[in-house]
Amino acid sequence: MRQKVIFAMLALAAIIFVRNLYVISMLPDEVNQGQIFRIIFFHVPAAAAAMTGSAVALMASVLFLIKKDFFYDSLAVAVTEVGLAFLAVNLVTGSIWARVIWGVWWAWDPRLTSALICWILYAGYMILRQALEEPTQRATFAAVYSIFAFTDVPIVYFSIRWWRTIHPQPVFFSKNGSFPADWLRALLVNVVAIFLFYAVLTMIRLRQEQTQREIDYLRRTAHAM
Amino acid sequence: MRFLRQVAVITAKDLRAEMRTKEAINASFAFAIVILLILSFAFDPTEETTREISGGLLWIVFTFAGTLVLNRSFARELPNDCLDGLLAAPVPGSALFVGKALANFVFILAVEMVALPVFGIFYNVRWTRQFWPLMLVLVLGTWGLTAIGTVFSALTVNIRLREVMLPLLVYPLMIPMLLGAMRLTALLVAGQPIAGDDTVWLRLLFGFDIIFTALALVLMETVLRG
Repeated sequence: MRQKVIFAMLALAAIIFVRNLYVISMLPDEVNQGQIFRIIFFHVPAAAAAMTGSAVALMASVLFLIKKDFFYDSLAVAVTEVGLAFLAVNLVTGSIWARVIWGVWWAWDPRLTSALICWILYAGYMILRQALEEPTQRATFAAVYSIFAFTDVPIVYFSIRWWRTIHPQPVFFSKNGSFPADWLRALLVNVVAIFLFYAVLTMIRLRQEQTQREIDYLRRTAHAM
Repeated sequence: MRFLRQVAVITAKDLRAEMRTKEAINASFAFAIVILLILSFAFDPTEETTREISGGLLWIVFTFAGTLVLNRSFARELPNDCLDGLLAAPVPGSALFVGKALANFVFILAVEMVALPVFGIFYNVRWTRQFWPLMLVLVLGTWGLTAIGTVFSALTVNIRLREVMLPLLVYPLMIPMLLGAMRLTALLVAGQPIAGDDTVWLRLLFGFDIIFTALALVLMETVLRG
């Protein structure tokens, strides 16, 4: 059943995504940026998905500490790991865009810097998990670290923002935004597709994690006998 | 009251243990001096450049040297199963946190108080012109370092590769504090007061310390006893 749901979601995400690729390719080039502006249709949804993921990871971590149910631990790992991949997509697409528009691969701008720090923080989460053997301890410590990391991200963002920013200001939903309605529609459709894809990957990873736990449990039981 | 007494007992215990062996603090002193020496080769220590980068330079030294102290904080309890004794004691995790953090705070601040004049001599900088504001920045920054560091010292104590894991996990978390502290330290070492836009960094340091101390107080029990 669960497998069918995963397949259905994946198919849905693929259909929406492929159709939307066609819509995006049909859009006219942006006046100042030309072709490269289309990267925003992947850059922004990836960031939004990763941010949502870190919030889910926080909730899962807190719930694990309260309920001690390993389901939440598995969920936290799954969502964090997939989130890291999405944030990497965000960083890489941003870097490509920056090379074309700014002429450099990287600038120490607040948004870029805080996204990178965020990535490093959650990479630390994965490394911490790897270093811990005992399941309960691993889950507890990882949850504590996840809470610290999530708290740190907004502080990092605001502290770095006090330097001058060169990242383009958000162009949607703001008064002086210049994003046409059909572009916004294409972007929102991409957000839906990418969130669905995120969910699919998380569910697959979650199942892996739960299977792993079951195997460990069986192995321990076998050892005990 | 009871809480404060527990904190005092743990702080006194840590201070006494360290004063008898001096292992963490001696290593930390030596390490701070070595880094200061090596950094002097990274650039030509003329007065002008040194003033500009003094904040970054000093806080790199402080965080590196501080990590040594923090690493020992819980690792010291491993021989003779002292950690189990500490956990079995009827002391809440939060009291243990505050006690240990205060002791670490004293050690790291002591290392800083030695490193700072050495920096002044080696790099030919008159750093005393804004003495008290500089002390405030040091205290706030060091407490941020200690609060996070103490929790993660407890968290990494049983991990293999402990010495690497602590800085790996803690340094990225401390970036906001380091930004503020570096900025203000550079300013104060150059002899300028904290004024105008720069007060925002002071507020950042206060906010950082409060948020992470609160988080540490809540989560220490979980880290220690699961």
